[in-house]
Amino acid sequence: MQRSSWLRALRTPTGAATALGMLLLLVLAVVGPPLMRDAATTFNTSAIRQGPSGAHWLGTDALGRDVLARIVVATRLSIGLALVSTLIGVVGGVLLGALPVVLGRRAGRAVRAFVDVAVAFPGLLVALSLAVVFGVGARGAVLALGLTAVPSFARLTANLAAGVAEADYVSAARLAGASRGRILVRHVLPNIGEPLVINATIGAGSALLAFAGLSFLGLGVQPPGYDWGRLLNEGLNRIYDAPVAALGPGVAVVLAGVAFSLFGETVAQVVGLRTDSRVKGAVPRLALAGEAQDGAVRAAPRDDLVLDVEDLTVAFPGGSTPVAGVSLRIHRGEMVGVVGESGSGKSLTALAVAGLLPPQATMSARRAEFLGHDVRALDDRERRSLLGTSLAMVFQDPMSSLNPALRVGRQVAEVAEVHLGASRATAAGDAVAKLAEVRIAAPALRAQQHPHQFSGGMRQRVMIAMGLVAQPRLLVADEPTTALDVTVQRQVLALLRRVRDEHGAAVLLISHDVGVIAELCERVVVMYAGRVVEEGPVADVLARPAHPYTRALVESVPDMTTPRTRPLVTITGRPPDPSARPDGCPFAPRCPRAQARCTQEDPPLMAMPGTRAACWFPHLDERAALAAGPVA
Amino acid sequence: MTTLELEQVTVEFGRGARRLVAVRAVDLAVGSGTVLGLVGESASGKSTVAKAVTGLVPVTSGRVLLDGQPLGDLRRRSRAQRRRVQMVFQDPYASLDPRMSIGDSVAEALPQGRRSRSAARGEVAELLGLVGLDADRAQQLPGNLSGGQRQRVALARALAARPDVLVADEVTSALDVSVQGAILNLLRELQERLGFATLFISHNLAVVRYVSDELAVMYLGRVVEQGRCEDVLSAPSHPYTQALVAAVPTTQPRSSPLPVPVEGDVPDPHDQPPGCAFHPRCQVGPRALPERTVCVTTDPQVQAASRRHAAACHFAAVAQEAAPAGR
Repeated sequence: MQRSSWLRALRTPTGAATALGMLLLLVLAVVGPPLMRDAATTFNTSAIRQGPSGAHWLGTDALGRDVLARIVVATRLSIGLALVSTLIGVVGGVLLGALPVVLGRRAGRAVRAFVDVAVAFPGLLVALSLAVVFGVGARGAVLALGLTAVPSFARLTANLAAGVAEADYVSAARLAGASRGRILVRHVLPNIGEPLVINATIGAGSALLAFAGLSFLGLGVQPPGYDWGRLLNEGLNRIYDAPVAALGPGVAVVLAGVAFSLFGETVAQVVGLRTDSRVKGAVPRLALAGEAQDGAVRAAPRDDLVLDVEDLTVAFPGGSTPVAGVSLRIHRGEMVGVVGESGSGKSLTALAVAGLLPPQATMSARRAEFLGHDVRALDDRERRSLLGTSLAMVFQDPMSSLNPALRVGRQVAEVAEVHLGASRATAAGDAVAKLAEVRIAAPALRAQQHPHQFSGGMRQRVMIAMGLVAQPRLLVADEPTTALDVTVQRQVLALLRRVRDEHGAAVLLISHDVGVIAELCERVVVMYAGRVVEEGPVADVLARPAHPYTRALVESVPDMTTPRTRPLVTITGRPPDPSARPDGCPFAPRCPRAQARCTQEDPPLMAMPGTRAACWFPHLDERAALAAGPVA
Repeated sequence: MTTLELEQVTVEFGRGARRLVAVRAVDLAVGSGTVLGLVGESASGKSTVAKAVTGLVPVTSGRVLLDGQPLGDLRRRSRAQRRRVQMVFQDPYASLDPRMSIGDSVAEALPQGRRSRSAARGEVAELLGLVGLDADRAQQLPGNLSGGQRQRVALARALAARPDVLVADEVTSALDVSVQGAILNLLRELQERLGFATLFISHNLAVVRYVSDELAVMYLGRVVEQGRCEDVLSAPSHPYTQALVAAVPTTQPRSSPLPVPVEGDVPDPHDQPPGCAFHPRCQVGPRALPERTVCVTTDPQVQAASRRHAAACHFAAVAQEAAPAGR
């Protein structure tokens, strides 16, 4: 996998340019000096200060030496010096930056303070004065530039190391009695290596530029030695009569610097530290399924059906289909719970319903109607206005769905301004009323505060209040209480139920917790591996599950009556990979009741007394006495 | 027979206006072969107790004792002392070094001493087997393992040190429910077989109930009630414990409207209410019964030892009669 991602990087324009540039530099540095040293060093008094010609492409210098040859030969020295100074900077920086890990708390803090102060000095100025201190010449300049780079690498190392040092696995190693040195070598350094390598590469590029600068000023390489900076200096004297002699080394410096920086960027991209900044082509949110055009015929909404989705499939590039043929109907004022474990596709189903799938996902369905409108047939503006007013969404983490910089009242009011065209004043008044409705104490005062001044439970209420502004017909709540304390969880669930009772909005509650669904919902949909495996009234399904997965899910969760003497029911194995589902029933490999048929034929949802389940061998015996109830 | 004791343990963070008392005067004791469950919501200080026991945070005042011997913070503990208290963390994706094979992670925790490479490998294989993992996975990196398998590795690493005390901090809250059961079963089985003392921390009362022999309930840095697990849960003394028990979701469908056992959120721990920290939310406190001013003026912790389950409530007996409906 690693190798293929490097190859893929090579095929991008940046990657190809980088590879080409680095290869060229390498060849010049290795082959240049032996091949062209003669031309670069031999005095030729008959050809002094010539302009560009066939024999000397970039002309000759004051002693008749070929300028191009000198630039090529100088590659090795220029790059070598830059690399050596970078090496000094990296080694010194890593040693200094890693010190706080090894030292005690107080000494470590002193080291970090020193590094912070050292970083504040302007680098080039320090390099200049150090170059004078160490004596003018290549060695002094290398030392100066290397030492100048130490503080910034030290700070980078210290910051990265501090992050790793707080990781639980370092705590565990400390508990196990590992020494500080061992923790540094075995745990900290391997985990901060990648960003350090990348920064060192980019640092080498800037060291190259800085070194050329020092040489140009006469503080770097001294005659008879020469690097690009030195050549630039010599060429500059003749800038008016032979500009190419100055431009040549300048171009070499710039190109090499760019090559190094690109190399760093490419490494970073492959390693995955920087996100790809290229804007992906706009992918339509909803791809039209081929046979979906009977929408016009059935335009009259069946008035008690809020949501009607049939055979919904959500696919991602690469053949992964985390939602594979889900049908979901929600009636007016109904509270439906979708339960499933991570990877079951329950959240993607909710996002698809709300038109919020990530751009790379494609959705198809035999039917996808919200309030009688085919959501796929709507244009962007129509969909926004329909979903924006009639559908409200509540997420697990209310902090990330609220804007931290805006006052809470403003954010609630904005909904009314955008979707209902209310004036600013009425919207603000309405916002306070909505906050009061979700039982936020002192709503007028709270409306003036920012989200960070609210507790988690209060933020979740604000999200619900925002949803209530436009009188929604459906409220989709994706794990709305998972981040909340249990006592607060009950408050939010009670609020959701009141929203239904007072506004008549249907609620689609997504949760991994069967208990939360049982508390709130009338109907439960059990999802496994991207499909619905059982569906029916909460009371029936949870008390007498027909599908073996539902049964295991209900029994594996301890509640306040679970006998302590017996082990909990467990499900062996793992759910199938969404890009490689087995034939037959997706639960068959983990199912204790599975038989040959289960691995060959995929069971559809079948009506059974009181429930519908996708299973060839359901737990029906226990249900036999149950009269067939109404099945949605 | 090993006993871990916490004696009036207080842990503070920060200074001046930013000072935060995360744990206040906590007394706890757990002996080998028993599981002490520690339950509470956010800001209750239960994870800070775990860190104080393992020495990952220094104790501001009070003592952590192991068999009567005081344990300092981690820097003051000898290698042998460190080994005796081990911890399993909440997030198995953060508690294993992504660059280290799981076998090396487990081997790192083996007690010091001379052993050959193959002997160490044998011990690691045995430990992995103990937690139900294939020994030939020792060379794999954590990235190849599922959450449940990682948590098994973390358990094997903790057991490698042959601890006398195991601290389990929310070990199943990052896992899927079907995996949670397997980890809880494994923890109970190993605990019975190896007989170490366990401090089991969770916000999930049903999970704590299933695992624990003893139970301590924490609220805003204090233990407000403790006792035999079944006693506390069948007849909770403190109104907060009653609220917690009433808030546990059940698979029994509820009537409409849902009963809400307690209003409001956990207060900001930087700014704790005076008197009884629970009084602003208490269903039998001054919010409901204004004549109960003692809740605002006096800390109920003082007389706690004399009450049933050491309940930190002035009206523990009264509170019991007024248990909320809907349980």
